[in-house]
Amino acid sequence: MKLTGSQILLESLRLEGVETVFGYPGGAVINIYDDLYDSPIKHILTRHEQAAVHAADGYARTTGEVGVVIATSGPGATNTVTGIATAYMDSIPMVIITGQVPTALIGNDAFQEADICGITRPCTKHNFLVQDLRDLPRMIKEAFFIARTGRPGPVLIDLPKDIQVASMKFSYPETVKMRGYKPTLEGDARQIGKAAQMLLKAKRPVLYVGGGASLADVDPELLALVEMLQVPVTTTLMAMAAFPAKHPLALGMLGMHGTYFANMSVTECDLLVAIGARFDDRVTGRIDAFAKKAKIIQFDIDPSSIHKIVRVDLPVVGDLKAVLTTLHAQLKELPQDVAQHVEQTSVWRKEIDGWKAKHPMGYTHSEAVIKPQYVIEKLSELSAEDAIITTEVGQHQMWTAQFFKFRQPRTFLTSGGLGTMGYGLPAALGAQVAFPGRQVIDISGDGSFQMNSQELATLVQYRLPVKIAILNNNYLGMVRQWQQLFFDKRYSQTRMELPIDFVKLAEAYGATGLTTDKVGDVESVIKRAFEIDGPVLMEFKVCREENVIPMVPAGKGIHEMVLAS
Amino acid sequence: MKHTISVLVENEFGVLARVSGLFSGRGFNIESLSVAPTLDPDTSRMTIVTRGDDRILEQITKQLNKLISTIKVVDFTDEEYVERELALIKVTAEADLRAEVLRIVDIFRAKVVDVTPKSYTVEMTGAPAKIDAVLTLLTPMGIKEVVRSGPVVIGRGSKGVAG
Repeated sequence: MKLTGSQILLESLRLEGVETVFGYPGGAVINIYDDLYDSPIKHILTRHEQAAVHAADGYARTTGEVGVVIATSGPGATNTVTGIATAYMDSIPMVIITGQVPTALIGNDAFQEADICGITRPCTKHNFLVQDLRDLPRMIKEAFFIARTGRPGPVLIDLPKDIQVASMKFSYPETVKMRGYKPTLEGDARQIGKAAQMLLKAKRPVLYVGGGASLADVDPELLALVEMLQVPVTTTLMAMAAFPAKHPLALGMLGMHGTYFANMSVTECDLLVAIGARFDDRVTGRIDAFAKKAKIIQFDIDPSSIHKIVRVDLPVVGDLKAVLTTLHAQLKELPQDVAQHVEQTSVWRKEIDGWKAKHPMGYTHSEAVIKPQYVIEKLSELSAEDAIITTEVGQHQMWTAQFFKFRQPRTFLTSGGLGTMGYGLPAALGAQVAFPGRQVIDISGDGSFQMNSQELATLVQYRLPVKIAILNNNYLGMVRQWQQLFFDKRYSQTRMELPIDFVKLAEAYGATGLTTDKVGDVESVIKRAFEIDGPVLMEFKVCREENVIPMVPAGKGIHEMVLAS
Repeated sequence: MKHTISVLVENEFGVLARVSGLFSGRGFNIESLSVAPTLDPDTSRMTIVTRGDDRILEQITKQLNKLISTIKVVDFTDEEYVERELALIKVTAEADLRAEVLRIVDIFRAKVVDVTPKSYTVEMTGAPAKIDAVLTLLTPMGIKEVVRSGPVVIGRGSKGVAG
């Protein structure tokens, strides 16, 4: 039986195990949407293509599956770009299908034509323009394979309209054959053996865990390694949920807004083990002051991450799951050395405990005005054990990383690499679609929230009970903080002058809105929101000029933290 | 330091843009780039001349390898290789200078491929330095136009880039 291009697309998606897609229809994908009408695949209609991509991203981050998006040509496709770049920077597996004008019109500046392959080349792991229907099944197969293997990432397929309507006999390839793409999976056992020896010899070791650990689901392996060696762990923003925050060996986040003790530990350690982390500038601060007393081991799936920013002493390229399993097995063979290691590192752990006691993570509470950190502490306390947290970008994002006690893997969704305001609400939407029964909370600022607030409509339409907590300071807070500290309090364009009635905004969409400016009401507002079976927007009018501290000023080493504002 | 890199790529839509975009997007220098299909019509071979220290070159080769369309990357800098570039040079050749131009062409074993009463077009093949030298000598005669292919390289002996 012959199938059309659009039927082949949907059938291929089904064969890849896709149950849900996020998207927005338009002229160049109308055939796909017509076939979708009869398809078992569930489609979530967002109110903007950027939100569809963030939603698929949230779906992917929580489930580990490939997120799928459909958008039309031209503006539909260009609207996906910020979402794609966000996913690319954080290595999120995704397949984006865009409609394209008919092949005969490509290059003619046709209506709603954009060279989306050209535009997304630097922000996708790979992309395809389908020029012949016979290539379509292979390209879809390759797209999913590329998206989910190696260092994951978004892959775009641009599908011209004439190819959607053309037909042929369909068969889906069972395997992929690509000469240029063979990710290294097994780490080199000898290199791992050297890493084990370096770890055993170290007197002041620290694990520096990044987003790769979250993506590879190595939380059990990580925990086993940490408990065996009693080695302290600091996590990047991307890995806050990969290691339980309340674990006695957890140091919290490092870097620009990291904890005093995490940054001091990295500065003073004699061995730094990077696990799926890429030495981002927000982590390292001034690079020549970063971990300069330490030998560095780096475990990563991506060879281009090795030696990119810092010279490492021992690189191990491979899938983290395989590498950490081998490392653990090798160490298990050496129980006496491990015991000796635990003993020789006890002084180091005491030193770290001293730093923890000297400058614990904290803030000055107030009874007069709501401190944003207090709201996050309360959310952390009152939310379900398996609650999924998303954030936008800015002060509230850093406070969430600092004060929310993450308990389970894949429960913290945030735009770390690109830093995309407007990410959190649609990502929460996608997470809630993936897990309808779990608590999903978007922690937001008033600025970021307004970048994709239209998605309240999607929440209400699909009865997605996402809870939104806006920490409203009527400022673009993080920029304001920099202006206060480094630009003589010249608050250029960071005052959000118009006071928005967020309760009315929520109600206009058919959601529930709650607001308070009283410290005593914070807990009851959160409890009420959690009891309501539907989307709820909570607005907390918070202390306007609260700063995120500690803070490492740009250009300084991470041990040179500002500890009070 | 100058490096000459051979890149074997899938001969597919947009592959040149992927490679050149990688260089511009990551701020890598690109001095010349030449590309054509190999014996296998499904693959193309690029020769890229670039500059950078060891750290940059390591990133360049790793980032090139990371492209899905890339099959193989070889940096020839520390290898034995043959390097050739083609140049076509249109040089003024009037009256008393016509003989002098021919003499220079002869010394460099170049050849004249087009003649007009006022100019010669010279075809010259050789290592880039040799082409630089002939251009230096011809400049006083008056070069009207020059086009260079950028070098291509091949390993000596058994050293190869076959996919």
